Amino acid sequence: MADVFDRVKDIIVDKLEVDESKVTMEASFKEDLEADSLDVVELVMELEDEFDMEIADEEAEKINTVGDAVNYINSQQ
Amino acid sequence: MPGLLEGKNIVVMGVANQRSIAWGIAKSLHNQGATLIFTNRQERSHKKLLKLLDENDMEAALTVSLDVASDESITAAFQEIKEKVGVIHGLVHAVAFANREELQGEYADTSREGFLLAQEISAFSLVAVTKAAKELMTEGGSIVTQTYLGSEKVVRNYNVMGVAKASLEASVRYLAEDVGKYGIRVNAISAGPIRTLSAKGVSGFNDINATIGEKAPLRRNVDQDQVGDATMFFLSDLSRGITGEVLHVDSGYHIIG
Repeated sequence: MADVFDRVKDIIVDKLEVDESKVTMEASFKEDLEADSLDVVELVMELEDEFDMEIADEEAEKINTVGDAVNYINSQQ
Repeated sequence: MPGLLEGKNIVVMGVANQRSIAWGIAKSLHNQGATLIFTNRQERSHKKLLKLLDENDMEAALTVSLDVASDESITAAFQEIKEKVGVIHGLVHAVAFANREELQGEYADTSREGFLLAQEISAFSLVAVTKAAKELMTEGGSIVTQTYLGSEKVVRNYNVMGVAKASLEASVRYLAEDVGKYGIRVNAISAGPIRTLSAKGVSGFNDINATIGEKAPLRRNVDQDQVGDATMFFLSDLSRGITGEVLHVDSGYHIIG
């Protein structure tokens, strides 16, 4: 199974239609990947499905970068 | 066997992505042979719609831009539908909006602007599109909107949207009386919570959702396809004797005290 970062990256590339090279751990969804707030909610839902988990609203609000998402998922696995 | 909606032109409002209730409805209508016309407000939704249609080997007779906050936009959209499609037989209204910060905390904190916005986009929009659609429903028709239990009972955090949905359901009844004489029916589906983009805007949605699976008579959550099939029933002639109705598609949750 691909590691968490790769799986997260695939989802971001598909949903945000951004180039793979832009998706780094440091990349901010809103600043670097040009996601609006709806995109972020959609991404959170995709991640919930992909990793079969629930991300509480308070946690979702703290996810600003790709790294935040990967680290949160890793902490829950 | 021919589909239940063969030969019917149906306008579907409110597809934002693959999780949208409107998309579940569109698939069900398509399965019964309906000819579909889609309306979107935002370009992002329009792009997603085109991708979904493509992935599912479905075709739209027409896709038009429609912003329910603008009378001009509504007039222009239905004019375009009239010119390019002609008669319509059905309309699916699956749009709503409230400020996210007002879908949490106390209802008493709702702002004047937020209250009016929720009413305008979530309830008045049905009034406005019914007026426009009935001109094109010269062979009779069926209009179906989407509501939620939060209109009848207090659902924590649903707040201003619950009040807007109460207004929407009352509008269904008044509109049903108005257009009944033209052979047009107006009904609503009150769906159980479904994980859509909009639902995630309601604070604590995951918890509301979990309750249904536990407490509803059917002990399971409702999905877009179940709502799609119930909406399809309202658009078909099978429901020809029904108007002004709110039908719960919620695994029976609304009967539980």
